[in-house]
Amino acid sequence: MINNINKAFESRVRLGVMSVLMVNDWMDFNSVKDLLEVTDGNLSSHITALEKLNYIEIRKEFVAKRPKTSYRVTQEGRKAFSDHLSALENLLNGLT
Amino acid sequence: MENKSHIEQLAEIRSLMERSSRFISLSGLSGIMAGTYALIGAIIARLYIKNSETYMEFIEGYSTRYVATSWSEYKIFILLGVAVAALSIVTGLLLTMRRAKKNNQNIWDKSALRMLVNLAIPLAVGGVFCTILLYQGYIGMVAPATLIFYGLSLVNGSKYTLDTIRHLGIVEIIIGLIAAVDLGNGLFYWALGFGVMHIIYGTAMWWKYERKQVGA
Repeated sequence: MINNINKAFESRVRLGVMSVLMVNDWMDFNSVKDLLEVTDGNLSSHITALEKLNYIEIRKEFVAKRPKTSYRVTQEGRKAFSDHLSALENLLNGLT
Repeated sequence: MENKSHIEQLAEIRSLMERSSRFISLSGLSGIMAGTYALIGAIIARLYIKNSETYMEFIEGYSTRYVATSWSEYKIFILLGVAVAALSIVTGLLLTMRRAKKNNQNIWDKSALRMLVNLAIPLAVGGVFCTILLYQGYIGMVAPATLIFYGLSLVNGSKYTLDTIRHLGIVEIIIGLIAAVDLGNGLFYWALGFGVMHIIYGTAMWWKYERKQVGA
């Protein structure tokens, strides 16, 4: 059971990114940044890590001639995050 | 120790999911104010009707299909309605902006935009439909129609904001349907739906979500 605790989600920022993307379709970088209250550099390094794991996908486009990057959780990411949540819950239920 | 951090993690996930998908800064006070404006508007309309002979037939329900003979006859009602709506929107915006600041939520973020778009769709349809009712001369149906469409719009928008809004929407729909059956008492149902219910639900929202913050 403890094996299901996903090391990828140990960071507060990654956990936050996944939480936000689970309930929103295509969120842009700045919206995620405002919600999590983190710096640009911090957020982008965690996003890169999540992308490498194939947990999120990235879309780049131009809105009013300015680049806009948006993110969406993948099927794989959704499953990984749900498993992580169940593992957390199980762990808590087991301990109390 | 380990256990506590897991609980914190779950709490944070929950809060982020909520904050990112719902607009939680709607102010209950704005509901109370909107209800008060609506009641004042309804009282002014009632006084006007009392002094107007031409409306007697309509008020006493002799005619279900009231055909206004001139634009000036119902102009005052439309003006009153627009004034009440405009005042309510301005007050609502100001109070909500103040709350959003406290909640650290941007008033024009994605959740707010989504809520507004979803509110606006049934509301716009209702506005056009009521204009058609006026144009066709079904004046008595206008009050029930505004209540029904307003209720539908609240139910639709409630997916992206506080749950209380959904209840208020359902109540408005029911009042609107009753008003459509009990034709001729439009003003009474209008005062009940837009006035009394806004005050009741505004107070409930304030009690539930804002009371604690006032002292803090």
